Amino acid sequence: MHEYSIVASLIDRVQQEAVAHGGTRVHRLHVKIGELAGVELDLLKTAFDTFREKTICDGAELAIDTVSAAWACPVCNRSFAKGAILRCDACGQPACMVRGDEIILERIEMEAPDV
Amino acid sequence: MCETCGCGDPEIVPIEVQARILSDNDAQAAHNRSHFEHLGVLAINLMGSPGAGKTAVLEATAKAAAGRLKLGAVSGDLATERDADRLNASGIVSSTITTGSACHLDARLVHHALHHFPSNESDIFFIENVGNLVCPAIYDLGQAANVVALSVTEGEDKPLKYPVMFQKADLVLLTKVDLIPHLDFDVAAVEDALSRVMPEARMLKVSARTGEGIDAWLKWLEERRPPRTGHRGHHDHHHAHDHPHEHAGDHPHEPH
Ligand SMILES: Nc1nc2c(ncn2[C@@H]2O[C@H](COP(=O)(O)OP(=O)(O)O)[C@@H](O)[C@H]2O)c(=O)[nH]1
Ligand SMILES: [Mg+2]
Ligand SMILES: [Zn+2]
Ligand SMILES: [Zn+2]
Ligand SMILES: [Zn+2]
Repeated sequence: MHEYSIVASLIDRVQQEAVAHGGTRVHRLHVKIGELAGVELDLLKTAFDTFREKTICDGAELAIDTVSAAWACPVCNRSFAKGAILRCDACGQPACMVRGDEIILERIEMEAPDV
Repeated sequence: MCETCGCGDPEIVPIEVQARILSDNDAQAAHNRSHFEHLGVLAINLMGSPGAGKTAVLEATAKAAAGRLKLGAVSGDLATERDADRLNASGIVSSTITTGSACHLDARLVHHALHHFPSNESDIFFIENVGNLVCPAIYDLGQAANVVALSVTEGEDKPLKYPVMFQKADLVLLTKVDLIPHLDFDVAAVEDALSRVMPEARMLKVSARTGEGIDAWLKWLEERRPPRTGHRGHHDHHHAHDHPHEHAGDHPHEPH
């Protein structure tokens, strides 16, 4: 259940940002999670609901932006259909992941009287 | 007005971060990687289901490499010292990383184990991860390569069910191939599944029982070994530098 350790890292980071920006209360977090990040969204939400209590994130909303996976040939740039063999027919090159493995904290909405 | 909590009319500011949530682990992994590079050690993150044959492959590797290569290993066994005992008995200097109930190793756990490891002489250092096909793939440990053990008793569609793990693999070891004659296992089907989740699909068939494929696996490892650096052998402890170990982990260690 690494979603719990991801949430622990997330809350730590938010805490640091709050200190750096004089934030007093966090209203919403925007995170970006790729389809191939290996993160279960339900578990992430449950973990967040559990761990946010009595932290700077108490009462905050977790807004999750999901990213579907995309692969492309590094030579001819052709994209690959879901489930296709990840090697370009034309160039023989292995595909490169264009997106889909993100585990990113994008933005924090917080009350920051001093900003 | 804040619609989330109805708290009146506070000043809400958006703070742009755009950072990996696991950036602390990334930094610690980079630190571990600098240790491995400094020592000229090939570090391998060995993953797979519980019972996939990870420890058995390492035992067979030790047997085949005896007298040629010095092997070290840390084992992320869940509760016991059993794997480390087996590895030590086979001639691999090894220690256990006790993870409690954790489902994966992270870079901090590996760093701690490195600094308490009994030898600085390893040519190849194996990190036997916790038996799990999901979580370990997400945490960089500072390894040079990811290897996933998949046994022939697990079913050919495992790569499609656990694409994240196999996508991150540099090599898949198809283990326990001595059992194929007794099973209804289709090697071509697992190769096909791998090619759909792993861009540079590479698989070696091995048996710890018969030793089949272990030479090819050793050759694969040898090809990845870094040139010797000459930075070892003169300390009695290869991480004997005196930095405090609660560091954030973003500084490479210089020779001292
Ligand atoms: N037939 C056969 N059994 C194996 C082989 N390798 C491992 N096993 C068996 O599979 C079980 C799990 O092996 P182990 O190395 O402990 O797996 P780990 O949990 O991935 O480290 C043990 O009972 C081994 O005896 C093999 O090459 N052939
Ligand atoms: Mg084991
Ligand atoms: Zn996990
Ligand atoms: Zn192409
Ligand atoms: Zn260190």
